[in-house]
Amino acid sequence: MPKHVPPDGPVIELHGVTKRFRAADGGVHTAVRGVDLTVAPGEFVAVVGPTGCGKSTTLSLVSGLEPPSEGRVLVHGRPVAGIPEGVGYMFQSDAVLPWRTVLGNVATGPRYRGMSKQRARDRARDWVKRVGLEGFEGYYPHQLSGGMRKRAALAQTLVNEPTVLLMDEPFSALDVQTRGLMQDELLRLWSGSGAAVVFVTHDLEEALVLADRVVVMTAGPATIKGSFPVPLERPRDAEEIRLTPGFLEIYREVWESLREEVQITRERGAGRAA
Amino acid sequence: MRHDTETADGTGTAEVNPAVTATGAKAVDDGAEARMRAAGLRRGLTVNGVRGVLVAGWLISWELAAAHWIDPFYYSQPTRIWDRLAGWFTDGTSQGSIWEQISYTLQEAVAGFALGALGGVVLGIVLGRGRFLSDVCAPFIKAANAIPRIILASLFIIWFGLGMQSKIATAFVLVFFAVFFNAFQGAREVDRNLVDNARVLGAGRVQVLRTIVVPSATSWILASLHSAFGFAIIGAVVGEYSGADKGLGLLINHSQGTFDSAGIYAGMIIITVIALLAEWLLTLLENRLLRWRPPAASDHIAI
Repeated sequence: MPKHVPPDGPVIELHGVTKRFRAADGGVHTAVRGVDLTVAPGEFVAVVGPTGCGKSTTLSLVSGLEPPSEGRVLVHGRPVAGIPEGVGYMFQSDAVLPWRTVLGNVATGPRYRGMSKQRARDRARDWVKRVGLEGFEGYYPHQLSGGMRKRAALAQTLVNEPTVLLMDEPFSALDVQTRGLMQDELLRLWSGSGAAVVFVTHDLEEALVLADRVVVMTAGPATIKGSFPVPLERPRDAEEIRLTPGFLEIYREVWESLREEVQITRERGAGRAA
Repeated sequence: MRHDTETADGTGTAEVNPAVTATGAKAVDDGAEARMRAAGLRRGLTVNGVRGVLVAGWLISWELAAAHWIDPFYYSQPTRIWDRLAGWFTDGTSQGSIWEQISYTLQEAVAGFALGALGGVVLGIVLGRGRFLSDVCAPFIKAANAIPRIILASLFIIWFGLGMQSKIATAFVLVFFAVFFNAFQGAREVDRNLVDNARVLGAGRVQVLRTIVVPSATSWILASLHSAFGFAIIGAVVGEYSGADKGLGLLINHSQGTFDSAGIYAGMIIITVIALLAEWLLTLLENRLLRWRPPAASDHIAI
């Protein structure tokens, strides 16, 4: 699926990356601090951490939507300035254009990149079919269910054939059954694509079902606490794999690390509430 | 089928009772549909009936009051207004053919509306997206908006004379600000996610503006156009009222000068009908442009 085979080096490199924002009260909020992370070509990395710890910020740095305050971010070995070539980004909330049909939405990326209308539509039609939305090409997003909108968003991102796919809790708003279905769908579409994926989630189960490696982030400001390879064979079945002993074993191991961070976040929340 | 498991929560999934067979359920649905349609029809008839009764009651009581208690010289009377309207359309007005007056006022209103809406949309979107420019211009725009703009009509007559230009200018000023503020707000409120998504998908600045900002602002802009056409007519009529050689405003002014209250009412009615027609056309345009919007909750079509 990628147009050019990426060189052997890591596709994504973060070296000592810190990101600060101006907080609403005028102070400075540090979202991520001193993050080092590398992702190899074709690797599926899941980033887990407590809610609101700065996982999404990491993705916006890789995508070039936000510049880092300190440190270096490289994609395909080149420092990120603007949106890097070959990056796809799936957002947490719906980012499909409500005024375009499914087909129009999927054709958006190729059209932006200067493809002719006819070719963009042909390509979009192919991807609409691949994500299982055949027959819904002429529907507007409000006419679709949450899961179908996610499929449209997935096709919209994948039609550009990204070599780096960034996903920010894309399935968190879906119900449990639909989420399982979408996880299977994502694995099916990703396998053989050669794309490197960084999948941010607060759901450890989801992370383990999908990823080759799970990175645990600390409670904000986020730093990297640990990195755990997931020794589960592919192809995986999202629903079945949760029940295997191997899954439970790795779950226990990663949860041990994640639990403290969740605890810290909870206590802070309780402190704020009190 | 794959999609069955993931229909929108609540809106599309029917509770399936295994005891009801498919064909039986369909028959029940058909019956229910017919009943609902009949109920809708009845309700529509009742609503229109009550409206008719209200209008008739109002006109009759006015007519009777004018015949017995109040002085129709000041307050006029439905029959007199009708006679005046009929007279204008058959014999013409004191200023010439009524159609000429209507067309004159309409041309001014439409020209002022088109120019004002265009200016408001362009400037609103430019300032809405440009932080620096909008910071610089904010106090001037507030000040310009605080001016009682209708008074500008007098100034425009000095500048542009008694012809059409001065009325177009008045309509323009009224329309411009109504549209500008909505376009500005619409451009400001664009979902950040949509812009970020478009940028990652490969959109440049112009493409973001064309494919994200303008469509997002469209519903805001269209909402303002409804009131803006009303303002355009007010601008044209007030302009004519302050000084003109043709138009409905002049006709009303003339009626005032001759103590012809029926003439003032008749002029009002003509202007109201024009505004309603324009409103209807704008609604058609809005429905055409906003096809993508979910239908209002009352007539929601579940998929």
